Amino acid sequence: MKLDLALRELHRSEKSLARDLLKVSDRHKVEHEIHHVARDLAGWSGRHVHELATIGRDYGLRLDDDPPSDTGTLHTLRGKVSELSGRRAEPGLLLLADLRRLHRKAAGVSLDWELLAQGAQAVKDSKLLELAQRSHPQTLRQLKWSNAMLKTLSPQILAS
Amino acid sequence: MVHRDGIAQPWGTRTPYGPGEPWPVRVDSHLADGVRPEDVDRWVPTAAVLHSNGDGMELAVKDGRIVGVRGRAEDRVNHGRLDPKDLYGWQANASPDRLTTPLVRRDGRLVESTWDEAMDRIVSHSKELLEEQGPSAIGFYTSGQLFAEEYYTLAAIGHGALGTNHMDGNTRLCTATAAAALKATFGCDGQPASYSDIDHADTIALFGHNMAETQAVLWSRILDRMAGPEPPALLCVDPRRTPVAQAATVHLAPLPGTNLALMNGLLHEVIRNGWIDQDYIDRSTVGYQNLATMVADYPPERVARICGVGEDEIRAAARLVGQARRLLCTVLQGFYQSHQASAASVQVNNLVLVRGMLGKPGCGVLQMNGQPTAENTRECGADGDLTAFRNWANDSHVAELAKLWNLDQIQIPHYSPPTHLMQMLRYAENGTMRMWWVSATNPAVSLPELSRVRSILSQERLFLVVQDCYLTETAELADVVLPAAMWGEKTGTFTNTDRTVHLSEKAVEPPGEARPDLDILLDYARRMDFRDKDGQPFPSWNDPESAFEAWKRASAGRPCDYTGLSYAKLRATNGVQWPCNEENPDGTERLYTDGTFFAAPDYCENYGRDLVTGAPMEPTEYRAMNPDGKAMLKAAEYVVPHEPPGEDHPYALITGRTLYHFHTRTKTGRTPQLRDAAPEVWVEMSAADAERHGIAEGDLAEVTSPRGAIRARVRISGIRDGVLFLPFHYGYWDTDDPSGSAGGRAANEVTVTDWDPVSKQPLFKTSAAAITRVEAVEGAAPAPTTTASAPVSANGTVVPPTEGGTPARAEEREAAPTAGGNR
Repeated sequence: MKLDLALRELHRSEKSLARDLLKVSDRHKVEHEIHHVARDLAGWSGRHVHELATIGRDYGLRLDDDPPSDTGTLHTLRGKVSELSGRRAEPGLLLLADLRRLHRKAAGVSLDWELLAQGAQAVKDSKLLELAQRSHPQTLRQLKWSNAMLKTLSPQILAS
Repeated sequence: MVHRDGIAQPWGTRTPYGPGEPWPVRVDSHLADGVRPEDVDRWVPTAAVLHSNGDGMELAVKDGRIVGVRGRAEDRVNHGRLDPKDLYGWQANASPDRLTTPLVRRDGRLVESTWDEAMDRIVSHSKELLEEQGPSAIGFYTSGQLFAEEYYTLAAIGHGALGTNHMDGNTRLCTATAAAALKATFGCDGQPASYSDIDHADTIALFGHNMAETQAVLWSRILDRMAGPEPPALLCVDPRRTPVAQAATVHLAPLPGTNLALMNGLLHEVIRNGWIDQDYIDRSTVGYQNLATMVADYPPERVARICGVGEDEIRAAARLVGQARRLLCTVLQGFYQSHQASAASVQVNNLVLVRGMLGKPGCGVLQMNGQPTAENTRECGADGDLTAFRNWANDSHVAELAKLWNLDQIQIPHYSPPTHLMQMLRYAENGTMRMWWVSATNPAVSLPELSRVRSILSQERLFLVVQDCYLTETAELADVVLPAAMWGEKTGTFTNTDRTVHLSEKAVEPPGEARPDLDILLDYARRMDFRDKDGQPFPSWNDPESAFEAWKRASAGRPCDYTGLSYAKLRATNGVQWPCNEENPDGTERLYTDGTFFAAPDYCENYGRDLVTGAPMEPTEYRAMNPDGKAMLKAAEYVVPHEPPGEDHPYALITGRTLYHFHTRTKTGRTPQLRDAAPEVWVEMSAADAERHGIAEGDLAEVTSPRGAIRARVRISGIRDGVLFLPFHYGYWDTDDPSGSAGGRAANEVTVTDWDPVSKQPLFKTSAAAITRVEAVEGAAPAPTTTASAPVSANGTVVPPTEGGTPARAEEREAAPTAGGNR
């Protein structure tokens, strides 16, 4: 059985997504909606990380349980850089690139949840399946959000 | 006939009535000192413009000046009654500091100019920007206080002729969540219920809605029910002890930012106890299972912890709304301007739907508006919507609009939702929107984080046009200021919260060279030489009535159908509820009476948004979810507020309004009775919190947040512990720093920049703040005693009662009900 591998990979990708969401939130502090919503969505990923670590024990895994945090010098520094360049239009392109990267990463996490749900059904682990069914919709919402923000913000960035 | 002090007794004398009976008529009036009714030359019909209630009234005119007002007995909205702002606010028209000529900025200073020079500057700037960057360089920010004809014209010019996506109204600050919540649930904007539902309800639940101060005449209607036989029970959700809270059977005072958790908890109890109408749910809604699953996670024990209210209180509130036989719910800023605004407001829609309480007398939901003409901003498409509730994501709707305007479809932006206010501000900040035309609103006082707002508006690279009646704080920063005529000086229609359309007639001439907003917009269009596909001037209309006729054509077949109305008809019967068309020639009292909705995929105004992320749903998703156009039960998880109180800033700060003022006091601050009733900013805190800081009634305190600080005197009021309240009305025009460059007085110096991702409404009620005592001051805080700011613990300080005295004397005359009109 290779479900432990799928769990480990999902745990890794979900944690990486949480970290990226926080990073994007910091880097675009002056884009208030991005800043705030990205943090809310990082919270979802953080909870997924926690639940994966918990259920991972059933599969003999010792996954780390700490959701990525948003404190520290880098966090402050990214916010400051954003504020200092807030009057310029150029960070717009960086924002599009960041959203694009987030979207791809969320797509990866989404696929990982699919794999996990398929595996859970094959081994008839209803607890694991329930976790996937509860969590995967939030990943899909993260995916739609990054797509929607790209769609909404790109016209001005590209036309100006 | 009796007299009352219209300031001291804002809701007037009780005229009790019972369920199902007509609300008695009582005509209120007030004339300028020394003017007798027989002196009045003529009475000119209009409706109230200093709130959203739409009270029908007439202006008294003598020798070409407005000299007073009286309520219209036959008006369905107010049955003759007037509130304090209606009684006295008209005096601001004649204020000596009205703008009477255009101003332009020359060598850094605003100087008097001519219309030709001012308009030429705007036109040449527009043309340059169109050449250089295209329409994305130009944005419009309008109001909730113009007329339908003006909004429709602005929408046609902005979305059509120029083709910019950047257009919004200050309705974004007050009513955007009402629209968003209605769209989320019913697929379309449009107020389901009617004011007359108050006559029939046995339970009225007010969610974040201090109706006593925001729609005072509507509150009189409830007070009259309360004074009559079989009075309704009230539920109040508000962190302040408002007049509504004092009258309520159950009052919940949740921590700011936790409304959604509370609503999920109420729905949890209603569903768990089986207080639902399964037939109605099956027949008329989709999404019940999702809703039930979501709220299952919100038992009273958990909700009580999140919201800081008692479990028993939550159960008692749920019992009240769960066992009501005729339940009317209303929602306003306590929800709209707080964290998770749309998701919480949608839960109120869900409540009436699962209880099957919609479209019947006494049953329904009123998602309220804050401003008199906010409904028109929304329906005409001068905010984040397309004209007549058309769907920007539905190509066939855009094609209809292009055909109506005889323009190319690609000219009308529909690649994303129209740019909302806060995003426009960001585009001005990063330099990609370079001209901003602001009409009838005052962002330099009303937007959050004012130091940021001022620094954006005063950038040299931003060409700022301000069209207003006074030299506001925003106008002080403008490059061109255009003097506008106001209510009473121009003709047009506007629509209140319960879809009632009034015609407001010109009573007097505007001062100096001030011109109606419609004339200004059309003048711009002509000077820009906008043309349709056949080379004809666009817009094709040229005065209020032709604009109204054009708007009627745009509304044909849409939910807000005006085709059955005309100026002539409104002159005969003022105050008709849309839709008014061939099928409903007398208007429509309630929407959704037969359990069908405007939500069919091809017809709906909006495909909805994710209630947490705000991401718009795709057309295909919507079609799959709601193929038959039913009402949609949507639910969302509670997310903790973005700026919770903490060590440095231990209080939850909320801002709000008082009965006696409107917005940034441009008019009410120039009305002696209203100005004196609430002359200066104050801050409210609870007795326990004040004691901990050693603060007494009337002391001067400093309120700080990470954004800034202001000073205000302290009123110890019935607000919940841990919460501070600031009225947002006070800016700088009446100080010696008229542009407010030094800050220090306006509540928005301290508020956070954050908005609901769904409705894009800024969250004025979820900031963290600290308070410190500056010094003791003799006497009481300058806050009204008649309202939510009533004192609770003055400890020996004499708090004089709020009174208007002789200048505020108003007449009340009871009258027999008139035929018709008084539905």
